[in-house]
Amino acid sequence: MWIYEKKLQYPVKVSKCDPRMAKFLMEQYGGADGELSAALRYLNQRYSIPSKAIGILTDIGTEEFAHLEMIATMIYKLTKDADVEQFIQCGLGSHYAAHDRALQYKDSNGVPWTAAYIQAKGDPLADLYEDIAAEEKARATYQWLIDMTDDVDLQDGLKFLREREIVHAMRFREAVEIIKADREQKKFF
Amino acid sequence: MDQANAENAREERAAGDDAYRRELLEIQKIDFALVELNLYLDTHPGDMQALQQFNQLAQRRKQMAHEFELKYGPMTNFGNSFSRFPWQWIETPWPWQV
Repeated sequence: MWIYEKKLQYPVKVSKCDPRMAKFLMEQYGGADGELSAALRYLNQRYSIPSKAIGILTDIGTEEFAHLEMIATMIYKLTKDADVEQFIQCGLGSHYAAHDRALQYKDSNGVPWTAAYIQAKGDPLADLYEDIAAEEKARATYQWLIDMTDDVDLQDGLKFLREREIVHAMRFREAVEIIKADREQKKFF
Repeated sequence: MDQANAENAREERAAGDDAYRRELLEIQKIDFALVELNLYLDTHPGDMQALQQFNQLAQRRKQMAHEFELKYGPMTNFGNSFSRFPWQWIETPWPWQV
């Protein structure tokens, strides 16, 4: 069960209409290492992970949906005042033809999201290492996105998200150690 | 008021005023601390100090949310917040409109 909170996790501001940047941000909306992938990856892995790691997967998976909403808000705010000509000029002409200003789970190249982006091997360590790698890849993507814009308001939101990836990776590393220690303990019984 | 001005005024209302954003930010701040403590406790369940901090902030958060909702309406759905008449949940601003 989930409930919705009518607020963003962190305020999202943009200082200008910039559909070009919105196009790049779609990488974190419907891309392989994006927030949708992250949320679905962790929540789906919960059912086969040892009990000691279910809490962290549940909570980080839930937080990822809050991040997805922040990315959606950025894209919404960057495109809402753009005219058709601007969409065409920045390479979003085909997006506009199919979706107008609607969001869609696609990456920055317009490739639709696929479940093939996320893994669940059933082996707890393999899954957690997958999650650590995913967080590191998302962190790197946020850095490239920060480098691509001079909008300090947008950068502020992106920096928050970049930092969250670091914390998540750290928590997953700790979960790896907890599961390893648990296995060692069971060997001696 | 011409049509463009009326449209702007509508958008302004939908986005919430400065006081709304300021008070919302206070909740976002305390919620950030709670998320951080929550994730930390998931992998450090035996840290008593962190747990005390979590429980204290959770208590304060409840109070802050109550005061916020009295002014601005429910923050959560499905019976986790109260509503005045008429049903306030559907009122703007939604998070991306703020």
